[in-house]
Amino acid sequence: MQQAPAQSSIIKRQPSAIFRVLGDRIFLAVVLALALSIVALTLGLGYYLYLGGSQTINKEGFFGFLTGTTWDPALKIEFGIWPYVSGTIITSLAALVLSVPVALAAAIFTAEYAPRWLAGFINYLVDLMAAVPSVVYGIWGIFVLAPFLREVFYLPVFVWAAENAPWLSRYLGNPSGYGLFTGIVVLSSMVIPFTAALSRDAINLVPAPQREGAYALGATRWEVIQTAILPYARGGIFAGAMLALGRALGETMAVAMVIGNGNVLPYTLFGPASTMPAVIALELKEAVEDLHYSAIIGVGFYLFLVAFIVNATASYLLNKLKVEGQRA
Amino acid sequence: MKKMLITAIALVSLATSALAQVSLTGAGATFPFPVLSKYFDEYLKVTNNQVRVNYQSIGSGGGQRQFIEQTVHFGVSDNPFNDQQMADIRKNTGSPALNIPFVLGAVVPTYNLPGVTQRLNFTGEVLADIFLGNIKNWNDPAIAALNPNVRIPPLPITVVHRSDGSGTTFVWTDYLTKVSPEWAQKVGRGNSVNWIPANKVGGRGNEGVAGVVRNTPGAIGYNEVTYAVQNNIQFGAVRNRAGRFMVAELPAITAAANVVLPGDARVSLTNTQAPDGYPVSSFAYMLVYEQLDKNKAFKSEAEARAFVQLLKWIVTEGQKFNEPLTYARLTDAAQARALAMISRITYQGKPIGKEVVGQ
Repeated sequence: MQQAPAQSSIIKRQPSAIFRVLGDRIFLAVVLALALSIVALTLGLGYYLYLGGSQTINKEGFFGFLTGTTWDPALKIEFGIWPYVSGTIITSLAALVLSVPVALAAAIFTAEYAPRWLAGFINYLVDLMAAVPSVVYGIWGIFVLAPFLREVFYLPVFVWAAENAPWLSRYLGNPSGYGLFTGIVVLSSMVIPFTAALSRDAINLVPAPQREGAYALGATRWEVIQTAILPYARGGIFAGAMLALGRALGETMAVAMVIGNGNVLPYTLFGPASTMPAVIALELKEAVEDLHYSAIIGVGFYLFLVAFIVNATASYLLNKLKVEGQRA
Repeated sequence: MKKMLITAIALVSLATSALAQVSLTGAGATFPFPVLSKYFDEYLKVTNNQVRVNYQSIGSGGGQRQFIEQTVHFGVSDNPFNDQQMADIRKNTGSPALNIPFVLGAVVPTYNLPGVTQRLNFTGEVLADIFLGNIKNWNDPAIAALNPNVRIPPLPITVVHRSDGSGTTFVWTDYLTKVSPEWAQKVGRGNSVNWIPANKVGGRGNEGVAGVVRNTPGAIGYNEVTYAVQNNIQFGAVRNRAGRFMVAELPAITAAANVVLPGDARVSLTNTQAPDGYPVSSFAYMLVYEQLDKNKAFKSEAEARAFVQLLKWIVTEGQKFNEPLTYARLTDAAQARALAMISRITYQGKPIGKEVVGQ
């Protein structure tokens, strides 16, 4: 009995005058300040990366630095990052191409075909793949994947090409196992869970009437997926692929461990290549010369720009892909 | 009465400063990290838990940078400051920097040749040609001529290099620069260099290079000898300037420093005249300001004294911890140089280096 009046007094108590008058404004100010701090953080990050890299960027020129193909911190002290930029773009896009079909298949199977217990099990494994640290993927790449790919794929192809298609050898490169293609394979296995998880959720969100309608028209299961589910879920699937691409662009350690880290263009399929995050992680620690140090921070700045462009393009495409009347 | 009081206060402050716990911070090279942490553990015991050293192994470049920014009491680097850096430090702080050697390391060519159990012999010229991509196969006559009694499989060579910046790379490329004019012209020396052979692969860290070498028949790379020995990786002997094929064993590495050392010990120990020295050897250095008060990290004379005592202990008593951890110890001449440099250290004009070394 004693509690009831106490409660009602809380409910009835008026907020103090200052909150009644200013409450909304204070809330607005707080939210605005926090939101702006994200803008400031992002712009500040870009600005300070530019500042750190400006010594070398000014020396090589904004586009000279981007398009230069020689990275020589020892003798010529000359810095061009095109090998790293192209390596980043090639590996990320190729990893996306390899991973999306697998991820999409896993998503369709778990959402549409698999019995519940099996779907749960597969989903659990997919989530586990995302939780494995990238350095573990790297170790697996060095000690298992690279030797395996060399024995069953690179060497046979290389030997076959040497005998039957000598012109091809030029594009294949050194089949040591540590190179561009191994990097792509490791990267694609790392990004599968991102696409798979988002695609699965998108497919699960397709409204039941949509499916039922398609079945009612006499569609087979495959036709339902093809005509009713995938078009409706394409926004979510695309968002998953873009998340995977973002992850692939920034992935550092696993790639650095298996890609062979060569920076001489043109890249070959099996031969060594390198990426922007990899060169930052690898060379920053022991960069003694100021120009070299500045060049590495400059790579960070351009990576920031590349990530910005990719994200902007992705959100533009995402908007275009949205299905009429679909939420999110 | 007043005089007595002052003396008493002075005595008390001296006593407390001698007893006060001191905590020193250093940062730098990863290569000597195991031996450094051994030193600092032992020194904590020697001083009855009075002098504690925190060391961050962030790499030589980072160590030099932190030292210049004066956020640490000392830096550690695989290579000494160059002339330009020495001049800049003197100009900006008013104090010269000292590069005090405390340990020697060596870099060895590691390889993977199935069926070959004998140790291979190399010369600097052949190694340079291999790492330039001029020699592409293991059955090259230049390699066969050095190893007449070894049957080497005719595998194509894969060159494995450090892809991360590293003092190991510096020592290796410094050696190749000295022995090969073509190398000096095309690649040069540095912690990271522009590797040119087509048959190359970069591995991250010692473990990355060793991992690729192990998994690739026909691969040749370079590793710190400590790492190669501890992980049982096959490595070759290298011909020194006197014409002898040397295996990188600890006495041979120490012997590489048996040459006339300059007063500031800033010297490359690759390809030295020493007749029984291993030719790809190098000092690791403690980086120290000569006038410790010019380093903002030092807050008191007690700190400075404790630090100088630590330095002296490392280059004398501490040396006995080098060899059990497969690091080479300083020669007597190098130790004398190091002590001479330590005795130059001052704090606010007081010659504390001389006092400590003289004890």
